[in-house]
Amino acid sequence: MKKLLIALVTLLPSLAMAASGHNVHLESANVDLHDKESLERGLGLFQQYCSGCHSTQYQRYERVANDIGISIDDMRSKYILNDAKIGDLMENAIPTADAAKWFGAAPPDLTLVARVRGEDWVYSYLKGFYADETRPFGVNNTVFPLVGMPHVLQDLQGLAVKQEDDTFVTTGGKMTAEEYDQAVRDITGFLVYSAEPVQLERKALGMWVLGFLFIFFIIAYLLKKEYWKDVH
Amino acid sequence: MVKNIIDWIDARIPMTATYNRHVGQYATPKNFNFWYFFGSLALLVLVNQLLTGIWLTMNYVPTAEGAFASVEYIMRDVEYGWLLRYMHSTGASAFFFVIYMHMFRGLIYGSYQKPRELLWLFGMLIFLVLMAEAFMGYLLPWGQMSYWGAQVIISLFGAIPVIGDDLTLWIRGDYVISGATLNRFFALHVIALPLVLVVLVFLHLIALHEVGSNNPDGVEIKKNKDENGWPIDGIPFHPYYTVKDIMGVAGFLIVFCYVLFFMPEGGGYFLEKPNFEAANPMKTPEHIAPVWYFTPFYAILRAIPDKLLGVIGMGLSIAVLFILPWLDRCKVKSIRYRSMIHKINIAQFTVSFIILGYLGVVPATPELTIAARIFTFTYFGFFVALWVYSKNEKTKEVPTRVTH
Repeated sequence: MKKLLIALVTLLPSLAMAASGHNVHLESANVDLHDKESLERGLGLFQQYCSGCHSTQYQRYERVANDIGISIDDMRSKYILNDAKIGDLMENAIPTADAAKWFGAAPPDLTLVARVRGEDWVYSYLKGFYADETRPFGVNNTVFPLVGMPHVLQDLQGLAVKQEDDTFVTTGGKMTAEEYDQAVRDITGFLVYSAEPVQLERKALGMWVLGFLFIFFIIAYLLKKEYWKDVH
Repeated sequence: MVKNIIDWIDARIPMTATYNRHVGQYATPKNFNFWYFFGSLALLVLVNQLLTGIWLTMNYVPTAEGAFASVEYIMRDVEYGWLLRYMHSTGASAFFFVIYMHMFRGLIYGSYQKPRELLWLFGMLIFLVLMAEAFMGYLLPWGQMSYWGAQVIISLFGAIPVIGDDLTLWIRGDYVISGATLNRFFALHVIALPLVLVVLVFLHLIALHEVGSNNPDGVEIKKNKDENGWPIDGIPFHPYYTVKDIMGVAGFLIVFCYVLFFMPEGGGYFLEKPNFEAANPMKTPEHIAPVWYFTPFYAILRAIPDKLLGVIGMGLSIAVLFILPWLDRCKVKSIRYRSMIHKINIAQFTVSFIILGYLGVVPATPELTIAARIFTFTYFGFFVALWVYSKNEKTKEVPTRVTH
């Protein structure tokens, strides 16, 4: 038994390493799903800059509005950019076949991207574009080499240019570096929410369930002790 | 009134007699320890899988076009669908954890030995069917790992000479994994295999109650009976072990619900990350790893250089467990009274199994492949050594009564 435990304890860290996969350095996103204003800003940025090509087709406008605390009217007027109804799935604006023709591959749906790649990856990816003349859209990405899309947020961030010492100098954006970090964090937060909209409710319910189970365990333990008094 | 109803039923079917035989008057050794919780927990997890499975089926769409989206529909639009789905997915991992602990208990206390060989065989069949059930269930979410995992495992049958290619075609129902494969796996997963599983569990329990439970001392309590024919070291299953198992259930549920509510992905081991991306036949994931409960056997498969021999090796690693009752020729059951060499052998087997499980998760490198070969050797070495030394094993004296 002891040997088994020791083996488990020594193996766990290496197991965790194996699970993380890539060795690209990722920046910590520090997303806060309780910050509803950030989620709303993220929704706005996503709808404005991303939703033209990328759908979040497994979720519905109405559910998103309810979950991140915006009114149905605001959702309709500010964030539904096509003729979709409030109960519709959030599909993208351009037909997949056309997109595949223009970009070489269809832009993937992003509902679950934060679960597939992790929030830090999404955050680092959105910050990772830099100028690269050899690429069709003139940009490459530090965490997604040979990326097949343009830098859509370039007017916000500006364009990063790789220097001789492998650092980046970014110029020409409407936002300061701090503002851009926050904007990217807002988008990442919205995608983390989208990947599993129930996660806050899940944890809240979990506390009640575990609380109940602890009390139940104590009662079950006392009951067992009482019954087993006469077993010798 | 109640008595009249019971008498009326008892005159027609043996209700009270059956209850007494299996619960009320089932003589259970009084010295069960921690390891004996896992049998009843396996039953609990089975019920959990059956019930949550029924409700998931109500909203799941078993087509290549609709499967992935319907799982997300369950996660988002079905009331508490996320809870049902996580109970089912966490339950799958919990099932294997509980079964592995249950099998380990049988291993260390010699519960497979005479007269419990058939009990062990039914248990092994349950394990085998459970693996098939889990494998087919894993295809249903139709994610990347569902698709490519199934692709890898089904292609193993292609290694069989002569009939291999036709066999894989017959299993898939298509030249590649497709909607046809998904449909048949769905049918087998929700109807055929659960039925077989329930029948086998029934037989497992009948066999258990016929020969009686073993215990940590490996002492047959039926050899010491009082004047009424009741084993002196036995206590009725109800109420003693029902209240004890309720406590075990509470303890288990604390761990289970912690995973379910706070880490349902199990760090990427219970729900693998690439599986949140819909199946794409044109795009192979960088690293295809089976779910954690298959990895020890998968590591054995990869350790052997030849594909056919690898498949045979993997099959043997499971098949050899079936004949365990006849490989162990020692008359003493429990590890408590057996030789040091047996204790060391079980310890090395346990370590080998866990390390193989780890090696099956990570991508193979030349060094790790050598490690996998060493531990494949020690895995099979356990059974060979057991057969050799158990004939004339130096054992300690077994007490006539259980220690409690």
